[in-house]
Amino acid sequence: MTDVSAAAAAARSAVPPPVPDTDRPAKIVTRNLNFYYGQHHALKDINLSIAANRVTAFIGPSGCGKSTLLRIFNRMYDLYPGQRVEGQVLLDDTNILDPRLDLNLLRARVGMVFQKPTPFPMTIYENIAFGIRLYEKLSKSEMDGRVEKALRGGALWNEVKDKLNASGLSLSGGQQQRLCIARTVAVRPEVILFDEPCSALDPISTARVEELIDELKDQYTIAIVTHNMQQAARVSDSTAFMYLGEMVEFGPTNKLFTSPADRRTQDYITGRFG
Amino acid sequence: MNPIYAARRGRDIVVRALCFAAAAFGVTWLALILFTLFYNGLAGMSWQLFTQNTPPPGASEGGLVNAIVGSVIMTVIGVGVGAPIGLFAGTYLAEYGRHDRLSPVIRFINDILLSAPSIIIGLFIYGAVVVPMRGFSALAGSLALAVIVIPVVVRTTEDMLMLVPNSLREAASALGLPRSLVIKRIAYRAARAGLITGVLLATARVAGETAPLLFTALSNQFFSVDLTNTIANLPVTINNFVQSPYVYWKQLAWSGALLITLAVLALNIGARLIGSERTAK
Amino acid sequence: MSAAEERHGAPPFFKGSCEKVFLRRFAGHMRDRKQGIGVAEIAVHGSAMEQAGSHDRTRALNAFRLGDKAFYWTTRICAILVLLLLGGIIVSLIVGAWPAIVQFGSAFLTTQRWAPSAEPPVLGALSPLYGTILTSVIAMAIAIPVGIGIAVFLTELCPLWARRPIGMAIELLAGIPSIIYGMWGFFILGPFLANTVQPFFIDLFAGVPVLGSIFGGPPSYLSLFNASLILAIMVLPFITAISRDVFATVPPVLKEAAYGVGCTTWEVVRHVVLPYTRVGVIGGVMLALGRALGETMAVTFIIGNSFRISPSIFAPGTTISAAIASEFAESDGLHQSSLMLLGLLLFVLTFFVLAAARLMLLRLEKKAGKQA
Repeated sequence: MTDVSAAAAAARSAVPPPVPDTDRPAKIVTRNLNFYYGQHHALKDINLSIAANRVTAFIGPSGCGKSTLLRIFNRMYDLYPGQRVEGQVLLDDTNILDPRLDLNLLRARVGMVFQKPTPFPMTIYENIAFGIRLYEKLSKSEMDGRVEKALRGGALWNEVKDKLNASGLSLSGGQQQRLCIARTVAVRPEVILFDEPCSALDPISTARVEELIDELKDQYTIAIVTHNMQQAARVSDSTAFMYLGEMVEFGPTNKLFTSPADRRTQDYITGRFG
Repeated sequence: MNPIYAARRGRDIVVRALCFAAAAFGVTWLALILFTLFYNGLAGMSWQLFTQNTPPPGASEGGLVNAIVGSVIMTVIGVGVGAPIGLFAGTYLAEYGRHDRLSPVIRFINDILLSAPSIIIGLFIYGAVVVPMRGFSALAGSLALAVIVIPVVVRTTEDMLMLVPNSLREAASALGLPRSLVIKRIAYRAARAGLITGVLLATARVAGETAPLLFTALSNQFFSVDLTNTIANLPVTINNFVQSPYVYWKQLAWSGALLITLAVLALNIGARLIGSERTAK
Repeated sequence: MSAAEERHGAPPFFKGSCEKVFLRRFAGHMRDRKQGIGVAEIAVHGSAMEQAGSHDRTRALNAFRLGDKAFYWTTRICAILVLLLLGGIIVSLIVGAWPAIVQFGSAFLTTQRWAPSAEPPVLGALSPLYGTILTSVIAMAIAIPVGIGIAVFLTELCPLWARRPIGMAIELLAGIPSIIYGMWGFFILGPFLANTVQPFFIDLFAGVPVLGSIFGGPPSYLSLFNASLILAIMVLPFITAISRDVFATVPPVLKEAAYGVGCTTWEVVRHVVLPYTRVGVIGGVMLALGRALGETMAVTFIIGNSFRISPSIFAPGTTISAAIASEFAESDGLHQSSLMLLGLLLFVLTFFVLAAARLMLLRLEKKAGKQA
């Protein structure tokens, strides 16, 4: 066992972070996490653990820091200067905030699906094969198999199998989003982050993406940020409510929505603000 | 009608008429220039133009083939050298250098170079290439053109890459792509039409450039593809023939001018078509 | 061995190839996991996957890393090359001009005589400087109102179907190489002006004190006035194109508000569009001025290349760029050095004009950026 993980284990036993679903091992643990956009203190002392092979939802009003938190898990904030983070985020006991960490490797392990569909300007097939090719050399037939698997994983195969050479941009918004999910799955991440994946989609596409998320949790640890409380209630096992950069309440989804412990959570889920 | 309103309306009509007249004035010049160019240039169009070299003084037979070939060679080398440099520099400004302190300076200097008089570029290459190489050469001419290409391509590359949405870069990074691949495989591909447009516009810009060639490539009465020697080229040939007393030379100047204009217009229109294809999508 | 693996006791044979693990994971896509049987197993698969995967990925990444660095430095060096280019231009001009600077000093700026073959040579920049500034000023006086007028026409008045073709025609006018303007001016415009426009003005102002000498005869194919007119036609598209672009930055609500209180088109332009875009339009005009100052081929044929300063704008003259274009290739010694010095003067002149233009446009961009 390495020193880092020993220290991490020690830290864990000292202050147990809230783990709502204790029968699962934790995939991601944050410890005293603080985040700053320049002077603005966007996240305040976040302690939580995300259970493996579960769907964890983050809800809260706009600007509460839920997307910011998600973008720390794959260090997307590193693309921009002036953004600073303090504390620890452990992914399987590796501190991902370590500046020596290889970001590309991290991001291959922690995939992300964005608010708006972001198909690359290439064919449907290439959209998937592109990410795989980065890290693996496969024969044509192996690649075909992987692309099919990924598209099936994204519940898109039946719709696109006859037009794999069409541009990814030719798909409908909902299909594009599932293409992006398939693309993320194709590089075999361990964690998938969803940043409001349905906010640009119609209700039918939304339902399909939600079904997909439910299927994906067998293999992946999933964190999802959503504006839509019904969606959080439908897809997640545990839910975190955030407000003004603080983690107000974190617990099993059905408990949080039926008997919230905190007054602010209650106000939010009953629609009194947000 | 209310007199105040009548006066306002009157003024408005006058100004509208003046604006209309201005537009008519501008379009008239273009039409006039193109008309005389075609009228005089077409008169001299023949196969000879593309098969024979420029004639000696006083001759009444000859073509422009050496000048055409020389122009193509220098334009190709100029764009071949200048475009990659401009592309990379523009990439730096748009992708890596967005937040560094050097970028605004480079951007500003590039904008100055973009509009710097081209004859100054000729003087620069004369001092930096012709003098050390002890002679005028096609290479010097090509480099002068490359110096003109660079700022054009830097500008368009940066502008086009800036139009690529950041979400696309984030999505690519989220797959674990190293930065250089995000740029090469995603950003370049998304901005491809714009990047090609920029290179075409730069080509159009240098295809007719004359001033920087006057004392770098000079001219050559004979066919030559030797890069270390002077080389015939359309703009300087036109420059020399226009002011000559020989009727046939003047005729060749018109034909050469028509060829250059057609090439430049074709490049410009092509660039615009490719550019608008992108915006149509 | 990673801590995660130790905790969950991953069997070593799972460290097989990526593909095998992947297949296992797919094979394990079974409902029984949901019933709680496979809790530990899922975790096992997860971490074994990570082991095999990250090993291959690390190798792949090491291959990328060098390319990543190389690409970064290639772009950075090319960007710095742009700076060096400007430095190179300034240094080579100063080096080339140095003998003339030493020989003539500040007298270069005030001497009208240009006698390269005199013994010793006497060379002064006054005449080309005068010609450069005069032709540019006249050209701008014609091109500014016309260019802005066309821009207003295109953005406010023109029927929609004609906007694109006319706008495109104007922009193509900007793309035509300057030597074409030059030879057109030499063959067509020069004779036309000398036979019609010039005699008209000469007759009109004959005998009037100051104007009489400014528009003094005889008419000439080659003159400062002819060169100015060609320059005006050349810079017109620049002014129009930039004005049109900056007019497009006016928020539609502003214009709608003005139309909403009953303003006429001209009043909207005068009180909303122009004040809002003033800085941008001035920037565009300065940019065009920079072009006009340095323009060579359009002017060289038609200006007459005379170093004598005449009070009449119908007399031949010269500009800095025309002087360099017509004499440099056959010059040497002090003569060449003086031409280099002229070039340096032109560069300094245009540098300041262009820098001012860019700063103004930059300010406008910032303003537009804030609103967006």
